[in-house]
Amino acid sequence: MTAITHRPLGGHLVTKPFLILGLFVLIAAYFILRRFLFGMGDVSNMSNGYPIGTWVVLDVVIGTAFGCGGFAMALLIYIFNRKVYHPLMRPALLGGVFGYTLAGLAVMIDLGRYWNAFNLLLPWYAQPNSVIFEVALCVMAYITVLWLEFCPAFLERMSPEIRQRFRLDRLQAFLKRYMYVLIALGVLLPTMHQSSLGSVLLILGYKLSPLWNTIWLPLLYLISALTMGYGVVMMEATLVQRTFKTPSEAALFARLARVVAGLLIGYLALRWGDLLYRGHLGLAFAGDWDGNLFLIETALFLAPIFVLLSRRRASQRWQFLAAISLLAGGSLYRLNSYLMAVQPGNGWTYFPSAPELMITIGVVCLEIMLYLLFIKTLPILHGSTTESHGRPS
Amino acid sequence: MDMSRRQFLRGAAGAVAAAAAPVAEASAPFAPREPKQLPPKAIGMLYDSTQCIGCKACVAACKDANGKPVEQPQHLAQWNESTWDTAMDISGKTLNVIRVYQNGTMAEKDREKDGYAFVKRHCLHCVDPSCISVCPVSAMQKNPTTGIVTHNPDACIGCRYCVYGCPFNVPQYQFDEPFGRIAKCQLCHHLLKDNPLFAKSDGASVPAGTSATELWKKSRIPACCDVCPTGASLFGWVEELQAEAKRRLALKPGEMYEFPRGLLGGDRPSQTAPVGHYQPHIYGEKESGGTQVRYLTGVPHEKLGLPKLPDHSFAAVSEGMQHTLYKGMIAPVVLLGGLVVLARRNARDDEGQKNDEERKNDEERPS
Ligand code: SF4
Ligand code: SF4
Ligand code: SF4
Repeated sequence: MTAITHRPLGGHLVTKPFLILGLFVLIAAYFILRRFLFGMGDVSNMSNGYPIGTWVVLDVVIGTAFGCGGFAMALLIYIFNRKVYHPLMRPALLGGVFGYTLAGLAVMIDLGRYWNAFNLLLPWYAQPNSVIFEVALCVMAYITVLWLEFCPAFLERMSPEIRQRFRLDRLQAFLKRYMYVLIALGVLLPTMHQSSLGSVLLILGYKLSPLWNTIWLPLLYLISALTMGYGVVMMEATLVQRTFKTPSEAALFARLARVVAGLLIGYLALRWGDLLYRGHLGLAFAGDWDGNLFLIETALFLAPIFVLLSRRRASQRWQFLAAISLLAGGSLYRLNSYLMAVQPGNGWTYFPSAPELMITIGVVCLEIMLYLLFIKTLPILHGSTTESHGRPS
Repeated sequence: MDMSRRQFLRGAAGAVAAAAAPVAEASAPFAPREPKQLPPKAIGMLYDSTQCIGCKACVAACKDANGKPVEQPQHLAQWNESTWDTAMDISGKTLNVIRVYQNGTMAEKDREKDGYAFVKRHCLHCVDPSCISVCPVSAMQKNPTTGIVTHNPDACIGCRYCVYGCPFNVPQYQFDEPFGRIAKCQLCHHLLKDNPLFAKSDGASVPAGTSATELWKKSRIPACCDVCPTGASLFGWVEELQAEAKRRLALKPGEMYEFPRGLLGGDRPSQTAPVGHYQPHIYGEKESGGTQVRYLTGVPHEKLGLPKLPDHSFAAVSEGMQHTLYKGMIAPVVLLGGLVVLARRNARDDEGQKNDEERKNDEERPS
């Protein structure tokens, strides 16, 4: 294999899709303003029966799983030493940077007493028994690590003179020298908080159906974060390749396919085995809301296993479909366990309001806009040909 | 630069071992954290549903004592403000509420079929509270002596995990306020503060010469128990309330009994009334690891919105998991060590290549 070159894509920044995304961001900004002026009830359908709504579940619990591409790839490349996948690292990392940073933004919108948020960092308020405390600190640390890991992409883009003038060369050298520490942290921190996102649910007790509530929640959340991380990398790579006509990574993904299939099999085995062991498997076939949700989840996980283990895994289209299915399955798992399979009793129901959803959608659109901006202007994607892939601007 | 399968497997085995350590630890000896014990001078409440007449004096008194506004639908608000308080459930503006169970013809009180029953809803002041366990900033606190669970809005970040996690859905966030806070019954600890009996809530003993009558005259007991005309809401020490509940269960239904009012053991005149047809269960004795508010009911507690709960708190499960995974931060540190070693070795192979790449970048870049 030849040396890896990361290069900016170039091309126009302000394209039609970019403007449409921008429109959604503006709509979201309007509702966010209303939320801060008139309170959360003005824009959201959250209640004291369902105090956790789409902002947390879609933007944070699912959003960070979509941001696990960097985590999943780093594990494979640097811990399992599979260098072949190196070209996928930076785009995956970038997805992580925005997935997590904007999850942080969503949390600030969602916090009912945001002006006190700093208390999370004050030792005399610390509450180490709280799973949420662990998640909060760990995610903050990981966002920092992600930006640091991503720094070299900025520094490479700067002209050597500027780098010299601002002594950034030294920063660059420092980062390069200790990058392995950042890489290690970049694997440890998501391992911790992604599993904790599962542990959070243990407190729900009877409110969460036994189909989801198990002491294995942390491990199940961790595996689902990894599979979703690989899924995102596959999906992103295909989309970018199709849109910008960069070289195809399909051959690489065909190799990755078995890793992903193995993880998915492990996940399903653990889930079904645990249900069998606890004697709750019957609930899966009860034909009710919870049971059906559980079966849909399982189907969405099974489909990619079959694709990724068959000869179809060599085809980019099938890889893409497999990735979509496993992302849908992972997202549904998270949505169900945080929201749809939760029964607070007392006749409470929840369905997000339109403004509430617009804020969630706006955050995702902002994420895509920033991703596009970055891959066009910074050396993120790799090219093995000598030509620049971008259209001339 | 492709690696041999063997090398890969070796690296993989190492990493899996590192990653599996905390997981294995979590599964094998996973045990919920030790249950918490009732504090030494735990105070609480006994609510006897069969004695409650649904007058809602406690709801009004609670609003008064805690400075909460009335709740009313828009059309009533226009008609006459401050007359009607029509809270349907506890909320950001309402710390307690009386709810009615209704079935069929509602012919008889405290009967499951064709009957009706009242139930009072507010914080149960759990012995092992979920709200405290989830709160990331220690905004929920349990007094080590009296066991009252209080909330500190200056610490609270409004994440609402206490709302999500409380098995009784008690804490209520004010969604309709731009600067909303969490509302919950704090057992009128602000009244108790002025009460010589509880003056030092950090473990004071009763100052000599304080009679219960004196306390009553000063009205320094939780407002809802203070105004309850029948003694359905009774304040006191949890151990004594528990004994009282047992006494009532031992009585014959229909027999006349002197129901104490206000403070158990106080010398306020009692109310003589026939004993109800109790369900043979003191709700709150064991539920969720025990609570300091206990219930006697005539219809099964599930019908009154008091959920069936195991004898342990879910907080013990959740914290057991955290303690298993993060005890002394040993597992994460070991894992980090392994990761650093592997990342260092594997990233080093990279370096030569990265330098090439960079040189190339620099050369190519049109300046
Ligand atoms: S009833 Fe709910 S709010 Fe009250 S102490 Fe228990 S967990 Fe906390
Ligand atoms: S809403 Fe406030 S009191 Fe409740 S868990 Fe969050 S920070 Fe703690
Ligand atoms: S103890 Fe006080 S705050 Fe709690 S329900 Fe009674 S009156 Fe309201």
